[in-house]
This record gives sequence, structure tokens and C-alpha cells, in this order.
Amino acid sequence: MTEGKVSMIEAMVDVFGSAITGSEIQCGDQQVVHVEPSNNLEILTWLKDTEGYDYDLLLDVTAVDYGSIPGVEVVYQLWSITNKQLLRIKCALPEDSLKIRSVADLWGSANWLEREVYDLFGVQFEGHPDLRRILMPKNYSEGHPLRKDFPLRGRFSREKQTELALKQDYEDYYSPEQLEGFGQRSDD
Amino acid sequence: MSVKQTIELPQGNLDSGNMLVNIGPQHPATHGVLRLLCELDGETIVQIDPDIGYLHSSFEKLGEFRTWNQIVPLTDRMDYLAPLMYNCVYVMAVEKLMDLKVTERCKVVRVLCMEMERIFSHLLWLGTTAIDVGAFTPFLYAFQERERIYKLHEAFTGARITTSATRIGGMMADLPEGWTDQLRNFVETFPETLDEIDSLLTRNGIHLGRTQGIGTISGSDAVNAGFTGPNLRASGIDYDLRKDRPYYDYETYTFEVPIGKNGDCYDRYLVRMEEMRQSLKILDQALRRLPGGPINVDDPRVSLPSKTDCMNDMESMIHHFKIVTEGVRVPPGDCYFAIEGSKGELGMYVVSDGGEKPVRWRVRPPSFVNLSVLPQLAEGHQVSDLIMINASLDIVLGEIDR
Repeated sequence: MTEGKVSMIEAMVDVFGSAITGSEIQCGDQQVVHVEPSNNLEILTWLKDTEGYDYDLLLDVTAVDYGSIPGVEVVYQLWSITNKQLLRIKCALPEDSLKIRSVADLWGSANWLEREVYDLFGVQFEGHPDLRRILMPKNYSEGHPLRKDFPLRGRFSREKQTELALKQDYEDYYSPEQLEGFGQRSDD
Repeated sequence: MSVKQTIELPQGNLDSGNMLVNIGPQHPATHGVLRLLCELDGETIVQIDPDIGYLHSSFEKLGEFRTWNQIVPLTDRMDYLAPLMYNCVYVMAVEKLMDLKVTERCKVVRVLCMEMERIFSHLLWLGTTAIDVGAFTPFLYAFQERERIYKLHEAFTGARITTSATRIGGMMADLPEGWTDQLRNFVETFPETLDEIDSLLTRNGIHLGRTQGIGTISGSDAVNAGFTGPNLRASGIDYDLRKDRPYYDYETYTFEVPIGKNGDCYDRYLVRMEEMRQSLKILDQALRRLPGGPINVDDPRVSLPSKTDCMNDMESMIHHFKIVTEGVRVPPGDCYFAIEGSKGELGMYVVSDGGEKPVRWRVRPPSFVNLSVLPQLAEGHQVSDLIMINASLDIVLGEIDR
């Protein structure tokens, strides 16, 4: 089990060199590989398409804000259906540039998962087809709730939150094209 | 101002362009607080944009402000259709991170819980899906059987839905007396009802017409879209965590994993029906092998000393005090642990810095990923098929929105 994993790490280092910044085993059997965020797309494409590894199922895209370390770490959980192997890829993003390339073209499942990370952590996924908030309201203006500097009750006071909720408009829910195109806004 | 008011008729082009229709959020056919913004060309769906987040409670953020054991009650509020399963997988992830081995009895009790919940969740899916295509009777049958599992929940945990039954290192209590007999009775008598529902739906012309060839997805597309669980297996991909990444000795139980062929709504129905029968087989084996002995692990990191010890020696008293006031401490590291949930791969990703609260607690939500495929599945179908496709994915909005 571990031997195959070691050779995979070696192969990754051979191909990508210094873009592989480290690897470790967590909880006895969980392989973790740290990679440079600027190379995430190439590395994930290689893992998905290389014969013998075939990480074809993207289980999860999420992020971790450690609080003690500035920035956000994007975490990919991969599974290979044929080889029955689990792999975790981590990309540490510095606080001043929270952006990484999207993998939505590689896996359809990344579409919503990346939207969620964008919504809750504020990570920009470059090349994502439809990057907008998913769980929080579309007009939510308090920031990104899962960041450690975000207070549990939100940034605004209760009065301000109520006021904003009552001020919601059609435009918060429908795009202008939808409103124009489908004749919903007959008064204009 | 005159009393007579003229009604202005709309002027201009009244041709039949595409229509924008909201389905939900308050509609029984969306199976929760889900809003589907549909662009329709007559009856045909051009485009769908699912709008979620109405039930968003930020459980993951709340978890960062709670001790490890206090998170358990949050987990059953996510998927209220299979609460014990969520209780179990959360503590299993933390135990893996702590490298804590639970007792044999606890393992089997958790297997009992998880397989019971699979039937519990599939029964709700079966009833509500049948009612979506007009079959009322299976709904009543399924809910009658669910009520029996509710009673088992209640006898074990004291609650019908918000069970919160697990603790790190064991369960909140051992099974009450006579509980296994009740469960055995359920395992023995439930197949009769299942056969009845089967005879009402599996070869029912209307049901076949509404489900066969509807919402089809190929195996490779399903993998790419992140489908897991019965939805993926209906498309012919053999991926079941109980076989492929076994936990809790699942490799020693005899059961089969049903695989579909066409990846349509009908295959998803067949796979879930067969899964219930296989779960019964596992339940039967687990009931036979249920060992005696303690249910909670004897590990000073998590288990409380007995009351007698606390009253008699100082160290136990201090130990008790520390665990209650500070909570369990989990070593630094991160762990991804997943089980075969009723809706797909249900994973928990926990990150600890060694403190009494998690740095991050992430749920890998099976329904969330499954729902994201809905636009792709439903485009080109009719509105009535959309209801069936949505139902066949088996989503629960509590877990999608978290």
C-alpha cells in the first residue's frame, strides 16, 4: 500500500519538480500532498489522466482557514475507482492573493463545490464558468462567513441585518436580462 | 378621481417566448426548501438554476465554537432522514484522528444503527417519490414502517429525529432491554411490506412510463459529476464504500451491492429497493453477532470515570472535572473519513490543532453534489419529469444547505 504511494509521490516530483512542496501520511493511511497553487490544474489533470493512477472521482473541494497561519488552504479529496486509492491535495494560498485556477472543466462536481468555497471563504476560482454565491443570499454583503476573522454573529448589527433583509429587491434574485427578457418588470 | 377605472391590456408583442417559472421554495414536490428557477419553452425545460441556501444554518461555523462532543447534536439536524448515520460518521472521523479503537459491541451497535437508517431514509424516499408520480398507497405503507423505526429511535435515544446518540469513544447509552427483539421483529416482518410496495410499483405501467428513460446519465458522466451512492450505482459504476473502503468489519458481512444499467430514474428506484433488502441481510447478521461487554471504550482521554471512583479518590474526581469542563482533546492533524451513507458518500473532514475545539469541521455532502447534476439531467425533459428526476436523486435540504 505505502510503496505504491511512495512511487506515486516520486513520479509527481519527477514531472512537476518543485511544484510538489511536501507530502505526509495522516491517520496512518491517508496520503496528503502539498502542491504550489499556481500548478494545481496541471497536477490534478495529470492525476486524473495518467494511466495507473486514475483519480477519476473528485469527492470534495473545500478550504481551511487555520487562523494561526494567514491565508486559506484549498483541499481536494480525490478517489480512484479502479485503484481504490484516496488522495488529498492541499494548496496553501497567501492572504494577499486568494485565487486559484478552477478545476470545473475537469470535473463537473467542482462547479458547485468551488462556488461554496468562494461563498464561504472568498477564494476566487479563475476560469470558473459561474462563480457566484450559493449558500448565502446573493446580496449578502458581510463577507465570507467561514473565515476566522468573521464573528459568529456576523459583522453587522441585528438592526442593520434586518434593514438589509427588508430592502431586498427583484434585482437581488433575477438578473436584468431575465427581468427584461421575460417581461416581469412591466412598470418600467 | 373617477370611480371608473380602465383596465389596461398589455400592448405589443404577445408572442410565446420562453417563460420563467419558479418551483418552490414552498412546494411539497421539491422535497424541502428548494427553489428551482426554470426557463420553459412551453412544457419543455430549457434551463434550470437551483437556488439553495434557505436552510443555511452555518453548522460548520458553529462547530468551530463547540467542543468535539458538542458537535454531535448538530450532525443529526443536517440529515433528519437518517440522523443516526450522521451521528456515527462524525464520531468515527474524530476517533480515527485520535487513533481510538471502539469496543466490539459498539462497532456492531453502530452497524445496526447505520443499516437501520439506510432503510429509514430509503423508505421516505420511496414514499415521497411514489406520491410524486401519483401512487398514494406506497407512501402510506412506507410511513407505517418508518413509524416503527421512529419507535426504535425513541426507545434507544429518547428522541424521534434529533437522536444525538453517539459520543466519542462509544454511544450515549447501551441498548435498552428488549430493543434488539423489537429490531429483530422489524427485520422479520418488514420484507412483507416491501414485497407489497414492490408489487405495486416495480411492474406498474404508469410508474414504468414515468421513470424509464427519464433523467438518464451514463456511468462516466456520473463519475465526472461526482455522483456517489445509489445514484452512481444505478449508472453501472460499482463503487460502494462498504466494499471498496471497508470500515467496521463490513468485509465480514455477506451482502451484495446492486448495480443498475441504464442510469435512469427506474434504475435508481430498483437499486434503492434492493439496497433495503441487502440492509436487512446485514441487520440480521449484525443482530446474530452482537457481542456483550462494554459499549464505551475505556480510554482516559475520552471516558468519564465511574461515579463510585469519583466519590472515593481524588485523581478520578479531577479527571472527571477536567473532561467535563474542558472537553475531549484531539491531537493535531486532519482526517477525512467517509461512510456509505443512504444518499451517497458521506464524509467528514476534521482538522485539529490539538485543542478542545476543531479548527475546521467539514461535511462532504452527498446530496449537495447530487443536486448539482439536476440541471444537466432535466434539460430537455418536461416539467412533470423534472419532479420525478428531482425525487429520484434523493436529496435532503438540511444537509445541502447545512
